[in-house]
Order: sequence, then C-alpha cells, then structure tokens
Amino acid sequence: MKKEKIIEGLFFINGMAVIIVLLGIFALLIINAIPAFKDITLKDFLFGYVWNPEAYTTPSFGILSMVVSTLMVTIGALLIAIPLGIGTAAYLTDVASPKVREIAKPIVEILASIPSVVIGFLGIVLVGPWLAKLTGQSSGLNAINGSILLAVMALPTVISLSEDALGSVPKAYTEASWALGGNKWQTLLMVKIPAAHSGILAACMLGMGRAIGETMTVLMACGNAPAFPHAFTDPVRTMTATVAIELGEVPYNTTHFYALFAVGLVLFVFTFCINLISDLVIHKK
Amino acid sequence: MNKVEISNFNFYYGQTQCLKNISFDITSHQVTSIIGPSGCGKSTFLRCLNRMNDLIPGVRMDGVINIDGQDINAPQLDVVSLRKKIGMVFQKPNPFPKTIFDNVAYGLRINGIKDQDYIDDKVQESLKNAVLWDEVKDRLNSSALALSGGQQQRLCVARALAIAPEIVLMDEPASALDPIATAKLEELIVKLKEKYTIIIVTHNMQQAARISDMTAFFMQGDLVEYKHTKQLFTHPDKKITEDYITGRFG
Repeated sequence: MKKEKIIEGLFFINGMAVIIVLLGIFALLIINAIPAFKDITLKDFLFGYVWNPEAYTTPSFGILSMVVSTLMVTIGALLIAIPLGIGTAAYLTDVASPKVREIAKPIVEILASIPSVVIGFLGIVLVGPWLAKLTGQSSGLNAINGSILLAVMALPTVISLSEDALGSVPKAYTEASWALGGNKWQTLLMVKIPAAHSGILAACMLGMGRAIGETMTVLMACGNAPAFPHAFTDPVRTMTATVAIELGEVPYNTTHFYALFAVGLVLFVFTFCINLISDLVIHKK
Repeated sequence: MNKVEISNFNFYYGQTQCLKNISFDITSHQVTSIIGPSGCGKSTFLRCLNRMNDLIPGVRMDGVINIDGQDINAPQLDVVSLRKKIGMVFQKPNPFPKTIFDNVAYGLRINGIKDQDYIDDKVQESLKNAVLWDEVKDRLNSSALALSGGQQQRLCVARALAIAPEIVLMDEPASALDPIATAKLEELIVKLKEKYTIIIVTHNMQQAARISDMTAFFMQGDLVEYKHTKQLFTHPDKKITEDYITGRFG
C-alpha cells in the first residue's frame, strides 16, 4: 500500500512539473513584458510600424511591420503548403499503389526531421539565387523565399494529418459514390474531402502553427529588413527573427529588453489561438 | 424479357472460389431475390453486377454476365456508364454527410447536370418515388444524418433512383431497420418494379417470399435452385433447399 502511494506521488510530481514549467514560461513572458508599457503606449506598440529601439533621440517600438511580415510569410507558406499537402495526401490514400505508399510515407516523415538551419541554408544558397534571377533583383532573400522554405517545413504536418483524415472516411461513402457512377476524382473532391474537412482544416491550422513560430529559417532567408513590407519580393523581418537577433545584444532591464518580451508575448498569443482553434475543430464532431 | 444473363460465371478471391459456375437469367420489371446462408456468395454475386468488386485487389473471374445483351466485363466497356445504369442500395444506410437535397442531387451533379430547375424536379421526383417526400419536404437543407435509420435507407433509395437507373441492386437493405421501417421499404420495392428491374439479396426468407417474383437459392458458392418464388417456397426441387427454407439450418 505504502509503495503504491509513493509511486502515485512520483507520477503526480512528474505531471505537475510539466504544468509548472509551462505556467512559469507564461508568467516570465508576462512579468517581463509589462514594464515595457511604462514607456510605450499599447497603441504605439501594436499599430506603430517603425521599430527603431536604439534611436538616439526618440526610440520607437512599433511592431506592426513585423506582425505583417510574419503573417505574410506564414500565409505565403500556407498558400503553397495546403494545396500541395492535400494533393499529396489524396495521392497517397487514393491513387498510389501500396508499394509506392510504403516508400513515400516515410520519406514525407523524414522531411519533418530536417533541422531548420539546414532548410535556411538551402534558402540562402539555392532558393535565394534562383529567386533573384527570376525577379531580377540583386538578392533573393525576401518574403517569398521564407514562404517557400516554411511551406517545406509545414508540409509533413499537413500531409500526414490530412492523410489520416482522408483515410478515416468510411468506405461506405466511397462505395456509394462509385455505385452512382462517380469516378475517383469526383469521389475525392465531392465526397471524401468534404467528409474529412474538419481533419484537413486541423492539419492546415497545425501546419500554420509550425510556420508562424519558426525562427532560424526565416532569420536566414528573409533578408531581415525592419521596414514595412509592400510586396512578397520585399525583404522582411518577422517577430521571431527580431527577438532572436536582438535579445542577445540588448542591455538588461531597458525598455528595449522588455519590449522584446512583449513581442514574444504577442507571438505566444498568436500560436496559442491557432492551437486552440485547431483543437476545437478536431474535437467538434 | 431477359435483362441480365449470367452464364458459367466463376469468381475467386485469391485462392478461394466464391461463386461456382453460376448460370441464370433475370427478367426485367420483376423483383428477383437471392437468398442463402451467410458466406454463400450472394453479396459477392450482387456486387459483380455493377463491378464493385473491381476495387478489391486479388480478385479473378471468368464466364459471362450480359446486361441488355452486352458483356459487362468486356475490356472496352466503360464501367462508369455501366454503374449509371445500375443503382445500388447497401446493407447499412450510407447517406453522405451532406444535406438531404445534396444527397439526392449528387448523382445528377457528377453527371454534369447544372440546370438547377431540372435538379430540383428530379430530387423531388426521386424522393416521391422513394416515399420519403412528405417526411422531408420541409427540411431538404438539413443534414441527412439527422434522419432515422429507415428514412436514411429510403433516402439512399431516392439517391439511387435519381440517376434514372434501369436496374436497382439491394444488398440486405432492411437488415439494419426495425419492422415498421422494413414494411415501408418492402412496400416501396414492390412499387418500384413497375419502372425498374430489382435484384435483392436478403437474409430474411419471409421477405423474399413477400416481395419477389423469382428467387435464387445460393449455397457455398453454388446456385442450388432458381424458380418462381411461390414454387420455390412450396415445392422446392432439392432436399437442401427445403431444409434451408424450413429453417433446419442457416
């Protein structure tokens, strides 16, 4: 009896430790972000588009440019990853022979294990020069570059979850469609994808969560110009890249230091909302 | 008039032979039922008629099935247009997770029909033919999954009728239904034979006796006996048929 109580206690401590660490991170973000608003108004912070914290006379802390940059790169990535990912998932469940599926599926999963710095490297030496040639600009380090790389990183998530969703559509639906004279393509487009829509939507949301929080790749491939972007061919600096670049250099306990934590908090709110929505979508049924 | 002619038809799943040298003819505008114990090959046979078994890997067949004098397994035959000629109702009601209207309209839409008035008319007509119209006319845009099991099955009948088939295949359509829903469905089947040729697989011998004109008794892949329903149930030729219909096994 006593032994069992001890074991029970051990598991309880384990479980609690995870929760405490999570809450701790959240608390740290908030505690360090709040002092920033002694010097910056919330309006200037959220809607100002000049981020120049080291300015000699009047430093400015507007994050709008980087929020827009982050959203641009993320949405660009999704525009590439969602059609490609659902297409691949449909191919794997409906078209590929079992042999092809057995080879292709692990390859997709290996794609997820490539370190982000390696993908960023590809962005600099491969995608960058190619984009520069294509657009006629001097450098190919810009928002499209980041979008392409993030799409590659989000693809495994989108593919594998969409494939699960399509695979769990009851066979009875497929048979009913075939019996009515539907071909494979119509069955997929008009029966299977609509039937699996909540799973596919969740796959896209989780892919988005993966893309929005990614740091190293966008830091390497997007050009890091802290200006308001006007086109996908502009170099951009995302929220994650800003924190990664500046936090190592900033003097402690300055407004700049606290403002970076506030940027982190905004990012946290973004990813938290995305995960929450995808969770709601998955459990809606 | 013979709608379907089956001669020397064999069917194999891998090494196992499921249908052995089946030969018989099915008359148009009649209800033909196929009875037999579980695993006798009756569902497999039904699924050969609209080539649903094509989709299962490792199946083999020989012999001939002609529908309207045309070999349905001929290589040049377009299986999609074959299936448009043959409606199918499955054992478990399987409406799509769409609205009632969209379920019935599906078959029309995949056939490229865009005329909304025509689709509206056809949906209404099919639901009326399936004796479901009065129950659903006020909620055509609610989900089909909210219907009761019996209603769902009649919706599946309506969905099959919407593509104007000539033959309707039914694979134990009443096995998941309660007695009242079953009675309604049987009434519907008898009514439908004016317009369609109906082939129904059933577990339930009373059902076969009530609704069908001809009955085929299958046993372990063999066609044991095929004759008018009345005769088969009152004067079976073979001892084994008599044993089955009197409930000595099965």
